[in-house]
Amino acid sequence: MTTTASGTFDLPIRVKVAMYFRLLALQGSWNYETLNGTGVGFAMEPALRLLPGGLSGRAYREALARESRYFNTHPYLAGVAVGALARAELDGVDPERIERFRTALAGPLGSVGDRLVWASWLPFCSLVAIGIYGAGGSALAVVGTFLLLYNAGHFLLRAWGLRIGLSRGLNVASALGNPVLRQGPLYIGYAAALIGGLALPLALQRITGPGRVLVGGIIAAAVVGMLLLAFLREQAEGWRIALGVLAVFVLYSVLT
Amino acid sequence: MSLLEALPIGLLGSLLGLDVVSFPQAMVSRPLVAATLAGAFVGNPPAGLVIGVVLEMIALDTLPFGASRYPEWGSAGVVGGSLFAAQPPNAPGALPACLLATLLTASISGWSMVVLRRLIASRLERTRDRLESGSREALFSLHLSGMSLDLLRGGLVTMTAMLIFSPLVKAIVAVWGSESAASHAVVVVIAAIVAGAALWKIFHSLQRVLWFALAGVLIWAVLLVTR
Repeated sequence: MTTTASGTFDLPIRVKVAMYFRLLALQGSWNYETLNGTGVGFAMEPALRLLPGGLSGRAYREALARESRYFNTHPYLAGVAVGALARAELDGVDPERIERFRTALAGPLGSVGDRLVWASWLPFCSLVAIGIYGAGGSALAVVGTFLLLYNAGHFLLRAWGLRIGLSRGLNVASALGNPVLRQGPLYIGYAAALIGGLALPLALQRITGPGRVLVGGIIAAAVVGMLLLAFLREQAEGWRIALGVLAVFVLYSVLT
Repeated sequence: MSLLEALPIGLLGSLLGLDVVSFPQAMVSRPLVAATLAGAFVGNPPAGLVIGVVLEMIALDTLPFGASRYPEWGSAGVVGGSLFAAQPPNAPGALPACLLATLLTASISGWSMVVLRRLIASRLERTRDRLESGSREALFSLHLSGMSLDLLRGGLVTMTAMLIFSPLVKAIVAVWGSESAASHAVVVVIAAIVAGAALWKIFHSLQRVLWFALAGVLIWAVLLVTR
């Protein structure tokens, strides 16, 4: 470990690899008390072993306890926090300052991650896969494209987060100004809307089979329903309505 | 379906259920993937893909934000894919009946995740003193038991759902009264409505986003006319 002759911070590669793989299991003990706090402690633990006294040292135990408390952030960007906090612990930063930093970092990381991943990248990749299905793609093409595309972004984002966290430590906040994090959701959103406009009718057409009149009728009914559901968006969950309508339809079809 | 037949599907459901939150969140638990894999498991990947696409459209409505409660699509996708892939080809009621079974499974499986999270929290409460003293063993035990329980949860949900819904779907398909085209159309309309409204919910705050969506629809219309 830690600070090299040139003044840059570094960890042994095995420690970084261990932290990266543990980040994949960050939410293994997710619960309503500490949220992903225990996962942060679990992911950071290999680095904390490098504290003075090692595994049996007081510094290790105090840091592990501190880092396993309540924390809530986006799992893919948690590497930023894990890296930055690990560096702060290894640099011997005052525990109170670490606590304040922990509290300040969680919210922005969660918000950026939610916007970039859950509300942009995931729907975008889903729509691309649905589009490939609609265009006649095989099961392998649809699933393979989805998994490769989605996980290229997923695994790179996790790796970037850990690297930036370890390299910048408590100065990591400026990394959240990265253009991909700030502008990414906007451009991915536009691309998703364009692909969605093409992919959904294509997929409907393939599921329904030949017949322009039937497809036209389905799309007209879908547009009316979409407008209604979009109007009710704060009051209704689409999948619950789908469940209810489907249950009524199945019951009707069985009884008639 | 016997317990022995449900076991391998249950194993797939437990692995994909684990991916939803615990490990590694690589989205192999998305219904599109889960249902297709399950279809392949049963020997009919194209059928798994069809119900997977329908489920994926509906799943766009439930993105896993923070501590929100949402249906669990990993195990449910496996149930849907296995059920639909096992139905006779072109059976009129197969898609709606399997979709209904899948949505019910997703809902119950989502609830099982809430129960698991409470269970982990109560275990955490019992080991809080050890965690506060920096016990590595306590942290590892909590974390690894949480993941193991999640694995078990997904498997149990999948197997139970298969044992209940497999004969039920078969019975529904046998007495189905609606026409095949109408049955498919109803499912497709439901999926399209949910997907469209979900996309609007996600992206409506972006300026001019509607124009991009309309441009996509226009490309589709041009393709439809020229093909």
